[in-house]
Amino acid sequence: MRQILSVLVNNQPRVLARVASLIGQRNFNIESISVGETENPSFSRMVIVTRGDLPTITQVAKQLNKLIDVIQVEQLEKEQTVERELMLIKVEVPPDKRTEITGIIEPFRASIVDVSPQSLVVQVTGEPSKLEAMIELLRPYTILEVARTGITAVARGSVKKAAVL
Amino acid sequence: MAPQVETSMIQLVEREAEKRELTGSEILLRSLIREKVEVIFGYPGGAVLPIYDHLYKGKIRHLLARHEQGAIHAADGYARATGKPGVVLATSGPGATNLVTGIATAMLDSVPLVCITGNVAQNLLGTDAFQEADITGITMPITKHNYLVRDVKELPSIVKEAFIIATTGRPGPVLIDIPKDVSNAKAVFSYPVELEIPGYKLPGKPDPAQLEKLYAAISEAKKPVILAGGGVVSSGAADELREFAEKSGIPVATTLMGLGGFSGNHPYWLGMPGMHGTYAANHALLECDLLIGIGVRFDDRVTMGRIDEFATRARIVHIDIDPAEIGKNVSTWTSIVGDVKTVLQAVNQNVLQSDSQAWFEKLQTWRKDHPLVYQDNSPYLKPQWVIEEIYRSTWGEAIISTDVGQHQMWVAQYYRFHHPRSLLTSGGLGTMGFGFPAAIGAKLGVPDRPVIAVTGDGGFQMTSQELALLTLENIPVKVAIINNRYLGMVRQWQEVFYEKRYCDVDLTGGPDFLKLSEAYGIRAWRAKTKEEASQAWKEAMEHPGPAVVDFWVDPEENVYPFVAPGSRLDEMVMGDE
Ligand SMILES: Cc1ncc(C[n+]2csc(CCOP(=O)(O)OP(=O)(O)O)c2C)c(N)n1
Ligand SMILES: [Mg+2]
Repeated sequence: MRQILSVLVNNQPRVLARVASLIGQRNFNIESISVGETENPSFSRMVIVTRGDLPTITQVAKQLNKLIDVIQVEQLEKEQTVERELMLIKVEVPPDKRTEITGIIEPFRASIVDVSPQSLVVQVTGEPSKLEAMIELLRPYTILEVARTGITAVARGSVKKAAVL
Repeated sequence: MAPQVETSMIQLVEREAEKRELTGSEILLRSLIREKVEVIFGYPGGAVLPIYDHLYKGKIRHLLARHEQGAIHAADGYARATGKPGVVLATSGPGATNLVTGIATAMLDSVPLVCITGNVAQNLLGTDAFQEADITGITMPITKHNYLVRDVKELPSIVKEAFIIATTGRPGPVLIDIPKDVSNAKAVFSYPVELEIPGYKLPGKPDPAQLEKLYAAISEAKKPVILAGGGVVSSGAADELREFAEKSGIPVATTLMGLGGFSGNHPYWLGMPGMHGTYAANHALLECDLLIGIGVRFDDRVTMGRIDEFATRARIVHIDIDPAEIGKNVSTWTSIVGDVKTVLQAVNQNVLQSDSQAWFEKLQTWRKDHPLVYQDNSPYLKPQWVIEEIYRSTWGEAIISTDVGQHQMWVAQYYRFHHPRSLLTSGGLGTMGFGFPAAIGAKLGVPDRPVIAVTGDGGFQMTSQELALLTLENIPVKVAIINNRYLGMVRQWQEVFYEKRYCDVDLTGGPDFLKLSEAYGIRAWRAKTKEEASQAWKEAMEHPGPAVVDFWVDPEENVYPFVAPGSRLDEMVMGDE
């Protein structure tokens, strides 16, 4: 089962390496991991997407908690979580086809963030499934490069308290 | 949480000295003194020259090992025997990487160590500079925590944090990597009295509801058993465990790491379970209806990796300081997270006798009918007999370190441990080369108890260079080499699982251990019969200095009982019964 963990960590050098190393060491897998500073510059938040049943995920969380630089581990429930990922996708598009692209990306509320004579960079945000759909639609054109941030997520405002593991 | 620092010891003169700016090296050593460090095991090199320059003038004893692995196992033995943190110091690059096996050994057995390494100056970090190794990266998965010190001003708080983390909660090794420019840089020294470590959580007192649940389980059980492990030893809970077992009337099996945490003389003791466990302990774990695991981690040498067959009829109650151990290997009916000593003190206040007389009698019958046995009828000296002889010469009062292999299992089976911190053995990592240097550290920490290293002819050669320390530092450790001219444990597996295709396990023609010892100025004996063995061992023990006895034992003796990996605990090959 897909699981999302939100991990508050000390904003220390190598903290990402510690977390990633631990997950590898314990034979858990990572689907994606994203990290950034929080409103308090002493802390960063990592959002880790992994797969496993409940005992596995509890074990991941407990092992993470043993890292000195980990402050708190929360499990985010799919239905009660806002999940977003940002993707930049560079497509080879001759000038005459640009309007076609605009038509494709509009329903995705994606935007063109860079234009050059033979290519475009499209920026799209959303859940991973949306990003994948976008890739499929652009595949008929030549995709030159894809860069994705990995999931970041927060519990919805209606959630009183996320499950602290 | 943070232990108070005693300032009374620090003399006024030093206070004065500390008012001026000190170098990182001096700050380090003063911090170690504040942590009451008495002895450091180490090996110098370029990156730690500034630190050694202060050791030269210093008040801390430093022992020059002959290999960094020897140094760290010695620090580890010191820590296991005393309960105090062991401290090891090594240079950058190869010095630091030579510590790696020792760090992993301490990590898997939860031993408090503070490992200090030098590194190249910060302007060279990351350039593949001479003797540069990314030791904080390398040791990330085998330390409880590690630090790369970037600013001399952080050094005192990092040292303090390192000692807190190494010694509290579930103990473990912590590494501090100090670039050379940091040990040379200057700052005013001030040692923190208390320290908050955000993100470092220690369990509190047990919740009364959990205690009630345990009491209920005990009152409903007809076949309860306690499985006690290394956590009992490291939390100093041997007395509490005895009280718990006696009040509740529940028998106790002790894991390899738990030996000595419950007296081997106690009528409730079932022995060690697992791959080479006793009949009574293994059958008790399979048949019990309540299994109380205390300071154990249900390792695969105990469960045989067969969770589906392990204590299937039992409610499992798990008491441990590390929440991550709960549910990691076996699913539990209930658990209590906390320091074992604190938890047992609370448990003992209201625990009642269990209703398990019939079960208790059954276990006693198993114990009587299926003792550990070996055939003592060949012309060879039997290794088990040698261990019994060592036991008879010390009656369980000695500190015994072992290496890894058959002799280690024979010590676990045939030496009766009555006190905690008496068996020093690499249980988790199974590190050959551990036993002898560990004995050196133990003797330094506990000079008034006899310290005996029981080692294999193979493993002894991995760290025998530390014989130099025994003479030069006059450390009266006794070494008993159980010499079967084989990598015995591997040979046993090749016999059992590979139809005796012995490949690269023959050690015949190995060094003459008498000459080797004599080269280091140490008296040594050789024994091939019981008479020789008794005589040699007696003389060696009476000899005031260090001594080595080379016991030539039956080369093809096997360790029994033996449960093959993946088998059920009662599928025991009992051996020459
Ligand atoms: C560093 C290391 N290398 C390899 C092993 C694998 N191993 C386990 S027991 C053993 C044989 C040990 O032989 P010896 O020291 O003579 O002890 P014996 O089993 O004969 O008592 C070996 C090679 C190990 N445990 N540690
Ligand atoms: Mg051998």
